[in-house]
Amino acid sequence: MAEQRRLTGYRRPDGTVGIRNHVAILPVDDLSNAAVEAVAHIVPGTLALPHAYGRLQFGEDLELTFRTLIGTGRNPNVAAVVVIGIEPNWTQRVVDGIATTGKPVTGLAIEGRGDLRTIEAAARIAQRYVQDAGELAREPVERGEIMMSIKCGESDTTSGLGSCPTTSEAVDRWVEAGGTVLFGETSELTGGEHLIAERCVDDEVRTKFQKTYDDYLATIEATGANLLGSQPTQGNIAGGLSTIEEKAMGNIAKTGSVPVVGVLREAEAPTRQGLNFMNTSSAAAECITLMAAAGAAVHLFPTGQGNVIGNPIEPVIKITANPHTAETMGEHIDVDVSGLLRMEYSLSQAGDRLMESIDRTINGRMTCAEALGHREYTFTKLYPSA
Amino acid sequence: MEGEVPAGAPPQFLIHDEGDSVAVAVTALEPGRVEGAVLKSGRRCEFEILRPVPLGHKFAVTELTKGADVIKYGVRVAVATKDIAIGEYVHVENVRSARWQNSVA
Repeated sequence: MAEQRRLTGYRRPDGTVGIRNHVAILPVDDLSNAAVEAVAHIVPGTLALPHAYGRLQFGEDLELTFRTLIGTGRNPNVAAVVVIGIEPNWTQRVVDGIATTGKPVTGLAIEGRGDLRTIEAAARIAQRYVQDAGELAREPVERGEIMMSIKCGESDTTSGLGSCPTTSEAVDRWVEAGGTVLFGETSELTGGEHLIAERCVDDEVRTKFQKTYDDYLATIEATGANLLGSQPTQGNIAGGLSTIEEKAMGNIAKTGSVPVVGVLREAEAPTRQGLNFMNTSSAAAECITLMAAAGAAVHLFPTGQGNVIGNPIEPVIKITANPHTAETMGEHIDVDVSGLLRMEYSLSQAGDRLMESIDRTINGRMTCAEALGHREYTFTKLYPSA
Repeated sequence: MEGEVPAGAPPQFLIHDEGDSVAVAVTALEPGRVEGAVLKSGRRCEFEILRPVPLGHKFAVTELTKGADVIKYGVRVAVATKDIAIGEYVHVENVRSARWQNSVA
């Protein structure tokens, strides 16, 4: 195994460890996006997080939106948060949810004040947060303290041959080092879900996993719609994948060999160290947004045909084994393991390359997606709003 | 192959596991004799393919009759919708999902 570098990160007041130091400007709802973006324009060191929802949602769907908003603010890659909402009550609920981490957070409501006065007040707070955040120092940290998430996209057959097994190496090493890893993509386990069930650590986890999987598939079937055409995607088929099962086996090839210790709802923070399954869509932006809201600080993204995804909160490291993708989309690929297809090196050596990229990303090297400004922040909607 | 680099020329195709029905082209293949390897065991093997197979696409390494399970990674990943000979191209025109049967194109 390659020699481990000295790693540094940000220790937050709640004990979690981040690898970035964002000051987030977070809208509670779509109506507040304009104010949020104005603040980020006035105070350039901040990160605006516009999104499409937050009004007239109800029940489980509303709870998921709160969990996503609060989880985003709680993520250890975030140093401080300014929350802006149209009205004060839901704004305060998001502020309260973030405040228990001990990090600086302030909420502002637009009603009774208007956009312009809100923007000025928020910008004054944001300015102070940015100045203060700049003073937070990186400290020595261990791999096991940094939560990782994994999800692949624009998969093809090279994903199952190279980029996913390489990711698997990193997952096993991460868990062995005492770390926690999240995986999801419920529908994309179809054909191999029994393999995940077999890896569940006990019957309770196994039952929960099976129920989560069965319920998700039942939801899809209840729509009466035909999933072929969506799964596999047109890109998957162009890349040589013929069926959902073939795609799923490639997907599962990235999950390592360690037991599954927990089953989480969307955006739910894990409580058990090790590999956790989260119920998510297989759409990349939705999935990574949920994982970041659960606390993941670094993401591994194996791709075949080439996906360009990024996330505003957690750096996304892209890995490909497809030599065409490595060549034609090189600016999106952080780790090229196409040599695996030519048998130029072993899987363990490919794992070493990936670990080096992870270590450098932790220490501050920007990923391709960060450098290119990919900040896809997309909420999962469970059903229509009222 | 864990931990060691296998000797020999770069493979033209890879098979995930012994017992799999299909191989994946890891370079663009032209009809004729092609040489590759089984990933799990490292065993080298050769096949005669019948038409071009693009990188990442598959050809059969066992004979598949209509309705037979298509095995990859040691598990069923599809069902043959036509008889498929060894060396024949395998994709959505001759296999389908075994799980989502109502969704056959």
